[in-house]
Amino acid sequence: MIEISHLTRKFEHFTAVDDLSFTVAEGEVLGFLGPNGAGKSTTMKIITGFLAPSSGTVTVDGHDITENPIAVKALVGYLPEGAPSYPDMTVLDFLDFIAQIRGFSGQEKHQRIEQVINDVALGSVCEQTIDTLSKGFKRRVGLAQAILHDPKVLILDEPTDGLDPNQKHQVRQLIRNLAKDKIVIVSTHILEEVSAVCTRAIIIANGRIVADGTPQELEAQAPADAAMADAPSAPGRLEAFFRSVTEQGAL
Amino acid sequence: MGTTGIIFKRELAAYFSTPLAYVFIVIFLVMNGIATFDLGGFYQRGQADLQPFFNFHPWLYLFMIPALAMGLWADERKTGTIELLLTLPIQLHEAVLGKFLAAWVLSGIALLLTFPVWLTVNYLGDPDNGVILAAYIGSWLMAGGFLAIGSCMSALTRNAVIAFILTAAICFLFVVSGSAIVMNAFTGWAPQTLIDAIATLSFLTHFEAISRGVLDIRDLLFFAAVIAAWLLASAVVIEIKKAN
Repeated sequence: MIEISHLTRKFEHFTAVDDLSFTVAEGEVLGFLGPNGAGKSTTMKIITGFLAPSSGTVTVDGHDITENPIAVKALVGYLPEGAPSYPDMTVLDFLDFIAQIRGFSGQEKHQRIEQVINDVALGSVCEQTIDTLSKGFKRRVGLAQAILHDPKVLILDEPTDGLDPNQKHQVRQLIRNLAKDKIVIVSTHILEEVSAVCTRAIIIANGRIVADGTPQELEAQAPADAAMADAPSAPGRLEAFFRSVTEQGAL
Repeated sequence: MGTTGIIFKRELAAYFSTPLAYVFIVIFLVMNGIATFDLGGFYQRGQADLQPFFNFHPWLYLFMIPALAMGLWADERKTGTIELLLTLPIQLHEAVLGKFLAAWVLSGIALLLTFPVWLTVNYLGDPDNGVILAAYIGSWLMAGGFLAIGSCMSALTRNAVIAFILTAAICFLFVVSGSAIVMNAFTGWAPQTLIDAIATLSFLTHFEAISRGVLDIRDLLFFAAVIAAWLLASAVVIEIKKAN
């Protein structure tokens, strides 16, 4: 269970996250939506313990992120935006490093690494250095390190960004397979993805929640004219709803 | 193996997975050779010691060590891996220490590979090897001081070249702080205690004391304190700057 309570994060000139509160339970796949700069990544960085909140609390399985960051980080698998990894390392060395840091050794370490290499289909590039890999493979390396320790909580910041349709399909498949008895939070700009993998969606704008519900509930709230006119499909209706709740400030 | 050890191993391997480690070691050895045998007049002096070799080290480190340290944190920020590293279940100080130790051990390897100079002086004469050992220890400690400064400067920026220049500049101040260049700027207006305090910060004074063979605990503690203080500053800077 992730509990986020009155979470606020201020930067010098603006408030990225503004009094955000929600909880996520086991088995939920939460789609985290919002325009660029809405505070999605900042929220994820706080949940994973990279950034400290200005105020408010985040607890993961009862552990407070500020008081007990190591316990939270041990429970969480995180794919940061852009899937950063060490370019000079081979895929195998990189995963070995992550496995060691996660406390695995010997036979178990090898099994874990073998398992994730199979899960995200990295077998053909294991011995290559990461900087020689294509964007899709790099993304998969990032996913591999995030799921290596079979985390209870998986936080993925734009996991399918820049992937081709086949790769997107594979990643979604993977998320669906992983989701049982886990908490998954996925940020994305691709609304069809939300309909495809998420059990719940939260839309945030300017650091605040503007909508929270199952993808079907949100689709049903799409403005009538948009639903009739150019958005007959489910993702289309979701997109119409997304625009109607996030564009208000701009217009 | 602890977390610090795992990070240390990764960092050291990273130095050797690019040409950086090899370039560093080769240039270090070549420069040492030039300094000792040409500039230092090793043969002409007619003395069986390594003074000309060690006297050159502070100046050699001034532009070599920043090259080792500049990427420590700047590269992590630039590639975004800092977010990966600091969301793993590790303590910040373990990362700071592991990275520092990797750079320090690499500088130690380069220093050890200067052993032919030691062989030469032992072949030609009968030097005091105790003094030479003390000077090696002093040189390595000084390299550690430079590297700790470099770690902090590297944490300040995502641009490794800027980190290089800042490190070289600050290290220069620490090297010359006991010399006339700096002292003249203070004499006349600053109280004597301040002038004395600044003079004691000089890397050169402490290193020269050790390299004469006097392993005074105060000189060793000085370098230990410099390393500890700058590593602590690195951690503070990383904590503050990581959000940007």
